Amino acid sequence: MNFGLTEEQEVLRTVARRFLDERAPMAAVRAVMESPEEFDEALWASMAELGWLGLIVHEDHGGAGLGWVDLVVLLEETGRGLLPSPLIPTSLAAAAISEFGTNEQKRRYLPSLADGSAIGTLAVLEDSDVLGPDGIALSGRPEDGGYRLTGAKRFVHGAGAATIFIVPFLKGGREIALGIVESNAEGVSSRSHPTMDETKPMGDVTFDNVLVPSGALLAGDGTAALARLLDLAAVAVTAEAVGAMDKALEITSQYAKDRIQFDAPIGKYQGVKHPLAEMYVDVETSRSLLYYAAWCAQEQPGDLPLAASRAKAYASESFSRIGIDGVQLHGAIGFTAEYDIQLYLKRSKWALPAFGDADHHYERVAVLGGY
Amino acid sequence: MDFNLTAEEEAFRDEVRAFIKERFSPEARKDPKFIFNWLKSVREKRWVGFNWPSEYGGGGGGIMEQVILKEEMAKAGAPPLGTSMMGLQWVGPALIEYGTEEQKKRFLPDILDSKYQWCTGYSEPGSGSDLASLQCRAVRDGDEYVVNGQKIWTSGAAYSKWIILLTRTDFDVANKHDGITCLLVEMDSPGVEVRPIKNMAGSSHFAEVFFEDVRVPVENRLGDDGKGWAVTVSALAHERSGISEVAGLITQLAQVVELAKRTQRNGRPASEHPGIRHRLAKADTIIEGMRLNGQRFLTKQLKGEKLSSETSINKLHRAFLAIELGDLALEIMGSASQYTTHTEADADDLGRWTSGALGWPAVVIGGGTPNIQRNIIAERILGLPKD
Repeated sequence: MNFGLTEEQEVLRTVARRFLDERAPMAAVRAVMESPEEFDEALWASMAELGWLGLIVHEDHGGAGLGWVDLVVLLEETGRGLLPSPLIPTSLAAAAISEFGTNEQKRRYLPSLADGSAIGTLAVLEDSDVLGPDGIALSGRPEDGGYRLTGAKRFVHGAGAATIFIVPFLKGGREIALGIVESNAEGVSSRSHPTMDETKPMGDVTFDNVLVPSGALLAGDGTAALARLLDLAAVAVTAEAVGAMDKALEITSQYAKDRIQFDAPIGKYQGVKHPLAEMYVDVETSRSLLYYAAWCAQEQPGDLPLAASRAKAYASESFSRIGIDGVQLHGAIGFTAEYDIQLYLKRSKWALPAFGDADHHYERVAVLGGY
Repeated sequence: MDFNLTAEEEAFRDEVRAFIKERFSPEARKDPKFIFNWLKSVREKRWVGFNWPSEYGGGGGGIMEQVILKEEMAKAGAPPLGTSMMGLQWVGPALIEYGTEEQKKRFLPDILDSKYQWCTGYSEPGSGSDLASLQCRAVRDGDEYVVNGQKIWTSGAAYSKWIILLTRTDFDVANKHDGITCLLVEMDSPGVEVRPIKNMAGSSHFAEVFFEDVRVPVENRLGDDGKGWAVTVSALAHERSGISEVAGLITQLAQVVELAKRTQRNGRPASEHPGIRHRLAKADTIIEGMRLNGQRFLTKQLKGEKLSSETSINKLHRAFLAIELGDLALEIMGSASQYTTHTEADADDLGRWTSGALGWPAVVIGGGTPNIQRNIIAERILGLPKD
């Protein structure tokens, strides 16, 4: 029995925190937010050098060959620092190709995802905003050697920066296929929208008679692959959420120790310390649910759906409250653009709907629980 | 991470399961002497006081074995291991750590053999959450202490033979945790009076206990004079993961889910209503969160680290669930939840859920209210100033 991290995982955490403190402190995060590209190429290259971009990619394809628990440890850190980078979308694209790609696809795409020359993302949602197979209406028109796609995917994470999209679509009937579509293929265009959380650029991707050759289809049952990828995505988002909540709690606790009102630090008052204690309960419980889901992702895939939904539901709800309480406990200063706590509130707004909100996942817990 | 048991742990779990299968079988339970037989057989196994050192008659069970034993028993809904609950939980461990040889010999075997009950005289009318402010006075008079004062919320006082009592022997102290002395007092001593308190669920499990010039021999003092506060905090290595409690909560949630499935609300099963589903799923998630938090605490203990205030996390979850599951059941039942008397047909539901919805304070308030747990987390873990 051991529900703890290994020494290597603790080292990964320490190294990541140190790197982010030095290379991507909040001033750097704000600079990226304010840049038109919303992307820092030099930072991305450093992350590639550290092996982060191919963390879960097999060594044979240029990755670090680590697992989901390791990735979750890293994402907690990038979440703490609100790191603006398409690390989650790229890791998910790498997971899609690693788990469901043909050998040729692996050889072609994984090394470039791992070395940072390619940026991946999942392009799943459409106008309906329904997460899962029922939300897929984009239909591929079969033709010799592949399918033609005409339509759009919406709310795509990192749409502007991505060079590789993993696109679920219907193959004629209700059967789902996942295609690898490159951003420079003919007929593909993407449009970024300004987002509430400027560290998380998103946008819509349009397909105008785009050819998806048979060789670009992921192997196996598309519906099952999509379900697995959505669960992994929920775990990844939860991991960054837990890191961000933890930091928001740290920032707010520190403020409560420093800020003097009525001749005492406000953290002395139960009206302040009790919400902070509740935050702690939620952070630690989210973390327990998260680690177990990450462990299931790599060791016990059959239990992943329930574990991922519990983690995402609980953490989404917790982060929403922590975002709001964090700002509120700061008082008026928390409302200013200058203070960092508001950036965590915005991140909580991003994390809530990302790959299923609390309602979506609690309903799934109910269904999987047989009621 | 590794959630597997070792071969030895698995063998122990199988032993426990086989024991439960045999001794808690439907046939075994039909025997009018079932409880007597059960207590005798778990005692023979040395599973009573399982975390006590073997030299004092305990089982000497390691942390992981304690978890396995408790979890398997809870999953099976088996009767308790021994009936001297307070004795096993509080008095025994305190005696092992602070008792004299005579005290150990005199009391420990009786606790293990479930011979009689102990109660705990801690809270007072003016000292609840602020326990160390207690005023029950003990004055040394030769070879005796003379006790005057009052205790309250004393569970099981009416049927206990002994009470472990916190008294104040020194009122002139800078720190209120000093000057407290722990005495072991026979409940039939002259001057002890028990007045049961009826709780809002209608039962009288706890009581007020009055002491008027009660004389207690000095040899019944536990620990040193003025050092009684330490006695309330056991250093005995008992597992505190709370995992066995989770087994009980899983059963309770399953019962509420079943209730929701077979109860019609607005023309369809209550389990199909989104609001009910959401609350059930949330309860399920929090229970799983408690289980996994418990696994993390357990991992820490297995590594030889001491657990401190983090167990307050699960106490807060436990408090939420105690209220939520009872309330949810009533809401599912609708108007029928108001009847506390019932027919044979609905006998299973009515009384049970009403008592759940009114019985939660025992879990939520006993052992530290939720706001006290929040203070503990905020001050001891987050480092916020004390208030």
